[in-house]
Formats: sequence, structure tokens, C-alpha cells
Amino acid sequence: MLTFEKRVDDIPRWLPVATSIGSVVIAFILSGIILKLIGGEPLVVGQFFFEATFGSWPVFSDTLVKATPLIMVGLGCAVAFKMKLWNIGAEGQFYAGAFGASLVVLVLLPMFPTMPKVLVISLMIIMGMVGGALWAFVPAYLKAQFNINEIITTLMLNYVAVLWNNFWIFDRWSDAGFQMTPVFPKSAWLPRLADYASDYRAFSGITLHLGVIFALVASFIVWWILERSSWGYEIKLIGDNPQAARYAGINISCNIILALMVSGALAGLAGMSEVSGVVHRLQERISPGYGFSGIIIAWLAKLNPFAVIPVSILFGALILAGREIQPSGLPMMLQGFIMFMVISSDLLLRYRIKWTTTNK
Amino acid sequence: MTQSKPNAVEMKDMVIRFPGVLANDQVNFTLQQGEIHALLGENGAGKSTLMSALAGLYKPAAGTIKVMGEAVSFNSPKDAIAKGIGMVHQHFMLVPTQTVTENILLGLAEPKFFMNLRAYDQKVLALQEQFGLRVSPTAKIWQLSVGEQQRVEILKLLYRGANILIMDEPTAVLAPQEIEELMQTMRAMTQQGKSIAFISHKLHEVEMVADRITVLRKGKVTAEGYSMKGVTKAELARLMVGRDVVFTVKKKPRQAGKVVLEMYHVQAENDKGVPALRGVSLEIHSGEILGVAGVAGNGQSELAEIITGLRKCKGSIKINGQEVSNQPPIMAIKRGVAHIPEDRGKVGSAPNLSITDNSIMKNYRQAPIGDGWTINFLSAHTHATELKAKYDILAANVNMPARKLSGGNLQKVILAREISTMPSLMVAMQPTRGLDVGAIEAIQHLLLAQREAGAAILLISEELEELLALSDRLAVIFDGRIMGILPNDDQISINQIGLMMTGSKE
Ligand SMILES: Nc1ncnc2c1ncn2[C@@H]1O[C@H](COP(=O)(O)OP(=O)(O)OP(=O)(O)O)[C@@H](O)[C@H]1O
Ligand SMILES: [Mg+2]
Repeated sequence: MLTFEKRVDDIPRWLPVATSIGSVVIAFILSGIILKLIGGEPLVVGQFFFEATFGSWPVFSDTLVKATPLIMVGLGCAVAFKMKLWNIGAEGQFYAGAFGASLVVLVLLPMFPTMPKVLVISLMIIMGMVGGALWAFVPAYLKAQFNINEIITTLMLNYVAVLWNNFWIFDRWSDAGFQMTPVFPKSAWLPRLADYASDYRAFSGITLHLGVIFALVASFIVWWILERSSWGYEIKLIGDNPQAARYAGINISCNIILALMVSGALAGLAGMSEVSGVVHRLQERISPGYGFSGIIIAWLAKLNPFAVIPVSILFGALILAGREIQPSGLPMMLQGFIMFMVISSDLLLRYRIKWTTTNK
Repeated sequence: MTQSKPNAVEMKDMVIRFPGVLANDQVNFTLQQGEIHALLGENGAGKSTLMSALAGLYKPAAGTIKVMGEAVSFNSPKDAIAKGIGMVHQHFMLVPTQTVTENILLGLAEPKFFMNLRAYDQKVLALQEQFGLRVSPTAKIWQLSVGEQQRVEILKLLYRGANILIMDEPTAVLAPQEIEELMQTMRAMTQQGKSIAFISHKLHEVEMVADRITVLRKGKVTAEGYSMKGVTKAELARLMVGRDVVFTVKKKPRQAGKVVLEMYHVQAENDKGVPALRGVSLEIHSGEILGVAGVAGNGQSELAEIITGLRKCKGSIKINGQEVSNQPPIMAIKRGVAHIPEDRGKVGSAPNLSITDNSIMKNYRQAPIGDGWTINFLSAHTHATELKAKYDILAANVNMPARKLSGGNLQKVILAREISTMPSLMVAMQPTRGLDVGAIEAIQHLLLAQREAGAAILLISEELEELLALSDRLAVIFDGRIMGILPNDDQISINQIGLMMTGSKE
């Protein structure tokens, strides 16, 4: 019989890393087995998966494009989770960020059509982050002031954000009755490598945009905040023991609001980067669930801002493969398996599993 | 010594290692049936570790454990309780919102889904009767005092059929009256054939209840199973720390200066919303130690918390002439108020953060540790290493998470952190709780050094002896009121303090 024993000794340092990697490997193997059972060729599909996502510069660039918003969202989740704030509203904050960035293009830009590109993009970044931060402010305030569970409020606001965007793209900014705004003018587009194809032939068709640099810079900044700054220390302290943090003179309410807003701002930045770097307009379904993937990514990366990068690339590949591979449900299944494995591996960190024979 | 009874427990050549620490080095320990066996030793000597191994929490690297003559090997506390061994930890593991009976039944196969709880209330009552452990079975845990919660923990073990009880510093959190009751319970239990292993730093308690003692020092046994007959406190102390301990501290005459803390008619409620302070007025001068005596739960915790900004209050509190009541904790810290909290685990430390992180909780905003924006982890590391050396904190290194420290060493980290801020006002609640006799001596000297350096110290304690040794004046608190403040001189009467502690006016 399998029995679970609560771990009393310490978990070895390599175990969390091993479980993260193990979760992914096992998820791949399980998917392979299922594929085999339904009559597929797992190795062929696997090879196809690899080629469609990492096989050449153009597809790898596509993978990175998908990874870009994931990194930002994953970082946002990591900041909140570090303080044991369960922000599962990154999806909504992403939409709010996309909306904020679009405001710059659709409201401000028509008033000052000659605004230079640098200014437009900068304003879009600011408004994207403000949008995400404000969307997170609501649950943050409710949590800080009335101790209302942030899991529920952030989750519900996801739906509100989608509907809010829908109102604007259906009703106000609709492009000839379609559910999307008109295409943004070029000055609101993040530069892509493909833009430089006339100078460097190799860049032609490469969709990688400046957002990826934002994502990498954000990883470094978040790492610096968490590991080097006073605020990072306060986040750690609150996350580990709020009572001790209060005793150390830290204002808990203020920090709940601040951390959730930073978390939201990062998700908002992802929304901005998507509309400005990829979609070039605000429309329905700009996110295939980036906000939710961010939760798993943060967890799989054990809240380490640098580990978020490779994990996001893997998830970016999964999303990309979802469009290339038939049956397209396969990458979805993989994601599902990974999530399942991540959660069950957490059990492994806290319990020891033993095989005991039942002779009493 | 002739062995009339069989041994309940025999531990032989136990070796337990942690990274960088040999916590138990070839330790032998025998618990006879029906005895109370005290385990003594310095902070970090390995007492809790040895007993945790007996309770199935750690696996020894080497050594054998026999229970009632049978060799055993435990993988979890469950295995240990199956052999009748249970441990009462210092931090209770009870569900606050459930009743006493529910907590006792928690995790058992019977009854399913908590059916017919009444019948079980009766069972619990019968068990209480048998050992003199009074606590209402239908009360919710959060309504209980610490002493009552401890009784629930003991009942839990007895209900599971424990015959061998391990108690890790059970008296550290108890009021003197409760200690007396616990000792009676312990005697009742041994009379009914149970055996008790008991860890304590309080030598007079050991003298009172223990039949035999085993002393550990730096992981090794220095006295194995000595009979307590005819052993004096001084001898015990020498066995523990390896040198003579001076039990009386010398105090220089008071050089009291200006008023540092001034409280006028302060009122506050406790966590349950019941008035806990009903108009407290007092003042402390620089260079003075004001002791606060009283039975636990008469407003001492709240008194400490309102001064440090952790609790709301009515009335006036002035520090160095400035009104501070109802200001956030950071203001108290900035005004130079240090605080040694009552609960080192829940309030005073962050268990999963490193010793370094724990040691900078109060000064991470100031140079050289920080500048308000960043933290210089190199200076933080240096700071922690210095404290570790100066305060004799036993740990493999300062990167170790605080939860791995022994109880007394965690207390030392907190003391080191607070004293090293050179406060103008120190609010110290049970500062020497959980420390060994040697460390107590050292800390008392440090507190006196603070006083000589001009700090004002509010010393809240349940140990009258300590209060009398250190205080310049002694306030007695009862039911949220100061019953009187006595100068601590030759004429002070312990009898009178006792009366005041139970409510009669000066
Ligand atoms: N989980 C752990 N990991 C690493 N070291 C540990 C762990 N638990 C205990 N130690 C170390 O083992 C030594 C013995 O600790 P133990 O808790 O047994 O001491 P103790 O005798 O109970 O002291 P105290 O009187 O202070 O409670 C200490 O140096 C402590 O730091
Ligand atoms: Mg201990």
C-alpha cells in the first residue's frame, strides 16, 4: 500500500529543482503514452513539436514572441506569491494593460498625430503598467483594508476586464463593425527584427520584437528588487511571518497594496507588449490564457525571476505548437499534465511516499 | 543503584547529525518505568534533538532505541505513538476554532465524522479526572490559556494511549500556579505507571520533581542517570555548563536620570475585545529597571504591545516627552524602543529566513546595513556573525534558517538583535525564557550594562527571583491595574508582593 508520511527532516536543496524538471519530463512522457494509446506516433510528433518551436531561427523567434508576455506575467505572479498573496488575476491585469496602452493610441495620438515614436511607446508602456496596476489595486485595497480574500476578487476581475475590453472594441472603437479596433499607426508598433530586413537579410520574416528586451530587463529588475532591495527583504519577511514583519515596523497593508500593484503592472506590461508588438490593435482574445499560464510558470520556476525565463520559453513553445500540431489539443494536454505534476510534486516536497506491505 | 523496575526506554550510543553539527554524540539515555527523568544541558546541547528522535521526528545516524525491552525504529511520530511514546512540544499544534474534545479526537479513526461527540466529552472528562488535568471539553481552543492548551496536548497523548511522555520545556510558558499544577499531574501520571522525560532549564523545578537526571553538554552525556537525592543546584549548574555559576548578580547603585517613559491612565483591550489594561500609569527613568510582577494574563502582554505600537490604546504614552500612543510600530523603533517579545516564534522571528535576515529586522533601514532602499548583504552578514560570536549563539553558520536553532539560541538571536540597537527604552518580556543558567547570567549582566549606559528598561517577568535581582523598582500588575510600585530594597516583602499579585492594594 502507498502511504504518505509527513517529511520531518529537511528537503535537500536539489529536490525542488529536480521536481520542477521532473514534472516537465513526466508530463511529456505521459502525453507520449496517451498519444501512443490512441494510435499516434509519439516520437514523430515529438520531433515535429521540436521542429515547429525550436527547429529554426524563424520558429524559435516565434517561440520567443510567445514567451515574452509569459515572462512578464510570470514575474508578476512571482512577486505576489513571494508575499503569499495569491494573485490569480494576471489575465485581467493583462487585458487592463492592453486597454491602457490602447488608450494612448486611440485617444491621445489622434490629438497629437505628430508625436514621435519614442514618446508614443513610452506612454504606452506607462499606461499599460498603470492599467494593470489599477486593476490589481481593487483587490489589493479590499485585502489590505477589509481582509477580503484576494483569490476570489482577482479571479472575478478577470472576467470583468474581458467584458470591459469587449465593450470598447464592440461599441466604441469598432473597426467597421468588427470586434476590433482599427490597426494602430506604425508609430505605436514596437520595433521588430523584421523591420531591419532591408539592412540585414537574415532578419526577414523574424517577428521578434522589442518586448523581449523589456521582459529580460524586467527579470533583472525583479531579481534585484527581491534579492537586493529593502523592499524585497520586507516582502520576504511578510511572506514568512506577517506578525514578525509588523513587529519589525513594516506597514503590512501598504505593502499588500504595493506588491499586488507591481504584480499587476508587470501583467499590464505584458498586455501592452502584445498589442504593441504583435497584434497592433486591441481586439478580442488577445491572450490565449497568458495570465493563467503565468501562475504555473511562477510556481514551476520556484519564484526565481531568472528561472521564469526558460520556463516561459517552454510554455511559449507549447502555445506555439498548439497552433501547428494536429491534434492541437496535445500541447494543451501537456500544459495540463505539467500543471498536475507541479501540484503533485509539491506534495512530494512535503511528504515522503512509501511503499508498505499490509501485514498488520 | 538497584534496578527494581524494567526500563521503559533505553537509548544507546545515539548519534544524530545535522549539516555542520553533531547534535548527539554517542548519547545514552535510560528512562525507568514510573520515573520522572529530567534532561538538562546548555542551550543547543542536543536535548530536544535526542527527545525528538525518541518521538519519531528524527532518525538517528547510529544507535539503538529499545522500548519496554523491544528494539524499535521509528519513521514518524505515528510509529512512536503506536509504541506508547508521545511528545508535548513547546509550540502547540491545536486547531483554535475547534473544541477541546474535537482536538483530542482529531486524526483518529474513531469516531467517524465526529458523530456523537457528547459521549466522547465524557471519556475526555474521565481521563481528566484520572490525572487532574482540568479543562472544559466543550471549550474552544482559542478561549483557553496557554496552560490549559498544554493540558489539551497532554490529554491528546494520553487518549492515544501514551505511556511514555516527553515534555520539552513544558514550564517555560506557564505561570507559577500552573507549574505547580503540572507537577502534580506529572506525579499522578508516574504513580499510575507512566514514565516521563522532562526537559527544563529551571533547576528548582528539577529538584522538586525529578527522580533522576541526565546532563548533556555539547552533544555528549556528562552525567547519565544520576539520582537526584542530595544533589544541589550549584552542582547541577556545574554539570551543565562546566564551571561555577554565580546565581546572584551584583548591581551598581541606581543613577536614574530623566524620565524616558511616561504612561498616564492607559486603557487597552486584549485580542478577544475584553479590557486588559484598566488605567495604567507609570514612569521609567533613564538608567532604571522597572520590574513588572504579576500572574500571566493580567495585562502584561498588552502593556508591552501598546508601548511598542503593536496595539491600540486610550490614554497617554510619552517617550522622551513625545506623545506616542497609537502610532505605528516603526515610530517606536525610530524613537529607540527595543522590544523582546513574549513569543519568540510567532512574533520575534521569521522561522524560514536565515539568522542573518532575522538579525537585521530592526536595523535594515540604517547604515551600514541599508540606506532605506537597498540592503548591503555583506554588512548584514558581518553584523550577524558578530552577534553570533558576541552572544555565544550556537549555530553551524548564520545562513541557517532560524527554525533550526535550538529554543534557547533563537531567544539569544532576538536578545542580541534588540540589545545591539542600544535602545533608549527596552521593553523586555520574559527575556531569559528558555535560556540555560549560564546564558541567563550573561543576559542579566547585559541588561544591567544597558541600565548603566542610561537605558530605561521595562522588565516584565513571572520569575520573581529575576525581578528582585534586577529591578530598581517593582510594579505589581493585577487585572489590568497597577496595584502598587515598590522600591526594590532590603525592606521589600515577598509576602506583600504575593498578596498584591492576587488583587490586594499596597
Ligand atoms: N533541523 C536542524 N538542522 C540543523 N541543525 C539543527 C536542527 N535542529 C537542531 N539543530 C542544531 O542541533 C543542536 C542541538 O539542538 P537542540 O534543539 O537539540 O538543543 P537543545 O539542547 O534542545 O537546546 P535548548 O535548550 O536551547 O532548547 C543545535 O546546535 C541546533 O542548532
Ligand atoms: Mg530545546
